[in-house]
Amino acid sequence: MVLNIEQDHLRFRQIVRGKIKQDLKKYISNGELIGKKGRDFVSIPIPQIELPSFKFGRRQQGGVGQGDGEPGTPLSPGDVEDGEGQAGNAPGAHILEVDLTMEELAQLLAEELELPRIQPKGSNRLKTERDKYSQISKVGPESLRHFKRTYREALKRQISAGSYDPVNPYIMPIHEDKRYLSWKTKQRPESNALIVYMMDVSGSMGDEQKEIVRITSFWIDTWIQTNYEGVQTRYIIHDAVAQEVDKETFFHTRESGGTVISSAYELCNKIIEEEYPEDLWNVYVFHFSDGDNWSGGDTDRCINLLKTNLLPKVNLFGYGQVESTYGSGQFIRELENNVSGIDKLVTSRIENKEDIYTSIKDFLGKGK
Amino acid sequence: MPTSVASRCLSPELARLNAQIQQHALEYGLDFYETIFEVLDFEEMNMVAAYGGFPNRYPHWKFGMEYERLNKSYAYGLHKIYEMVINNDPCYAYLLECNHLVDQKIVMAHVYGHCDFFKNNIWFSKTNRKMMDVMANHATKIRKYIDRYGLETVEGFLDTCLSVDDLIDHHSLFIERKPKASNQSDDQPVVRKINSSEYMDGFINPPEFIELQKQKLEDERRKKRRFPEDPQKDVMLFLIENAPLESWQRDVMWMIREEAYYFAPQGQTKIMNEGWATYWHAKIMTERALNDAELIDFADHHSGTVAMHPGQINPYKLGFELWKDIEDRWNRGKFGKEYDDCDDWVTKHEWNRDLGLGRDKIFETRRVHNDITFIDAFFTEEFCHEHKFFIYAYNPDRGVYEIADRNWKSVKQKLLSGLTNFGQPFIYATDGNFENRGELLLEHRHEGIDLRVDYAKDTLRNLFQIWRRPVHVKTAVEGKEKLFSFDGEKHIERKLDG
Repeated sequence: MVLNIEQDHLRFRQIVRGKIKQDLKKYISNGELIGKKGRDFVSIPIPQIELPSFKFGRRQQGGVGQGDGEPGTPLSPGDVEDGEGQAGNAPGAHILEVDLTMEELAQLLAEELELPRIQPKGSNRLKTERDKYSQISKVGPESLRHFKRTYREALKRQISAGSYDPVNPYIMPIHEDKRYLSWKTKQRPESNALIVYMMDVSGSMGDEQKEIVRITSFWIDTWIQTNYEGVQTRYIIHDAVAQEVDKETFFHTRESGGTVISSAYELCNKIIEEEYPEDLWNVYVFHFSDGDNWSGGDTDRCINLLKTNLLPKVNLFGYGQVESTYGSGQFIRELENNVSGIDKLVTSRIENKEDIYTSIKDFLGKGK
Repeated sequence: MPTSVASRCLSPELARLNAQIQQHALEYGLDFYETIFEVLDFEEMNMVAAYGGFPNRYPHWKFGMEYERLNKSYAYGLHKIYEMVINNDPCYAYLLECNHLVDQKIVMAHVYGHCDFFKNNIWFSKTNRKMMDVMANHATKIRKYIDRYGLETVEGFLDTCLSVDDLIDHHSLFIERKPKASNQSDDQPVVRKINSSEYMDGFINPPEFIELQKQKLEDERRKKRRFPEDPQKDVMLFLIENAPLESWQRDVMWMIREEAYYFAPQGQTKIMNEGWATYWHAKIMTERALNDAELIDFADHHSGTVAMHPGQINPYKLGFELWKDIEDRWNRGKFGKEYDDCDDWVTKHEWNRDLGLGRDKIFETRRVHNDITFIDAFFTEEFCHEHKFFIYAYNPDRGVYEIADRNWKSVKQKLLSGLTNFGQPFIYATDGNFENRGELLLEHRHEGIDLRVDYAKDTLRNLFQIWRRPVHVKTAVEGKEKLFSFDGEKHIERKLDG
């Protein structure tokens, strides 16, 4: 059965998608999506697609209601809505929230930024077995009894035996009618990914810089998560020393003091080496900093660590340099000058929120 | 029924209940077209509801949008459509498959109330009772146009039409049009004099008066040359007749207008109609159809239907209470001069002349009123106080909405003003040859509330698509007369003096 509405609905979704795509840049830089993130989907507010017509401007202040209370009794805010036949609407009151699954969102992102799909490197090396309850069997435990199938069998039997009475439709399943859910074991390749975020939390990184990091990492997460089945995320913060923290702390800690980037790279290397064997995991490392390292010597150390330890293990190493009034921004130049010709390393300058859009493209545009 | 919905006939059990309830309804004197019930699951119900009750509508994304909204609010448990009924001969009504039997009974009784109202209320008398077929024809025609001219083109034009489809005249269906008088000659008008002797002529036909009459006739003549002669509220019709449209566009616009006229009476009688149906489901259920075991479920359902929310008017509740009040008043003779003149509260309260006219009165009322006249005639001071109506307003000092007034006259005034012209602004087509340049002038009859300017501008843009010459709307913003124009490229805003 093809319902007409499906075409209309599809058309509506197309229009909405078009609208969202148009505004994607805005959504990305505003970061307004993130607050609304549910488990599986995000709600994106878009102006309701409303056909314009001549209508009243400011709603008449108030309306008619019914209930107890003396003049002066306030109404609870939820009570006041468009009363029956009330004229006009408050401007902007009509916001349509469209729910997008994370998958759809990532799809839009990919279309708009022209992101290539990631080729997992460990794709065929690791196989897992999974049981899927997709079969029907005549034997099984009562807890897996398939009610509908059982009912259908009983109905079939009763109709063919002539004992079915449509006026008094009692169906009595007997033992032979019973059907049970059963499983089949399937092998499937598994691809896992690890994302390590590192961030400089030294005094020079302000709230605005952290906001940029937060938004960027949200979009990176969104995209990588749609490309892999299991994604783990680890967070490292560093000033002069590095430590591993949870997500909450990652985005909200503010330390003071100097910056020794190599400490973070060492810790990151240690985590990967100890817990995530490189032939089973696709590793993504992102580092955000204002580019102000303690000393040139430490920068050399970093480059060394990258070349010898980190880069061979990872699919991608992204370095995002956020603009800050205090930072010298030297680090990104050092990286670009000293580690060239390795396409696993991506560097990007994020000067303000508007740049997040292009920097996501920088990071993920290689399909690694 | 079109085949796009897998409709299911009533199960034997529902058919039996339906026969009973139909019988009860007939015995109470309800009068309806044949009523066909179909059982739908909730997705189908939402789909049919998104299409305004007709399973076969022209394709348009707004139905998809409505469908998504309905599905979502159903999924979040915000609302549930119990029933839907279509004004058609035969009446089609839909039942929700997963409803409890007692709900189905209530819904059936409710539906017979609606069907009776559709058939007998005068405002529905001009609606097409074969709308099921008409809608399907519209759908076929528009699909055909889409095949021929492309989806984007036709959809774009539909958007344009739907943007002005509220510019119709709900009363025009009841006006008997006179055939157009033949063109009058261009001669100077001659003022008819009263016969008199020569010496009296100066007194009986004073020269100033003659001059005045001449002026009047001249005005009349000039008016005839105006186009349209009088401001026309049915802007849709004016556009169809006069805009430079291609024939398929004219056809599409005609269809949209026809559908708008079909739905208009339902908006005009929402309170009466829902109240009437609620009255009858309550009556049929409590007096006849309810069995003991169903009482609690019935009470639960019914109280949900007539629930009050402090900041809103529930049309089911308001209508239901008004119908009960009218029946009670005419049963006890609480009307007429003697009753109105009595100012002793106790006497009035206990007034009883045992007239028993209630039933007749409500049947008469449902035949001749619409919501505005209904409220105007029957929303009395006693009713207002008994049902605790109030006006609320925004108090900027406290930042909340609060109860402002309980005076019944103000409440009634507010109710009526909200219902007038569906709470939409009055827009007339006043000049199709504005400034002698073939431009279109619309006029907004300002009654205290300004137009929403951004919407008005976008609407002008759409009107330009139809008229293809600059379009203007005259309105007032904050007390100053203004003319908004769109010339195909840019918006112009002009102040009008005087």
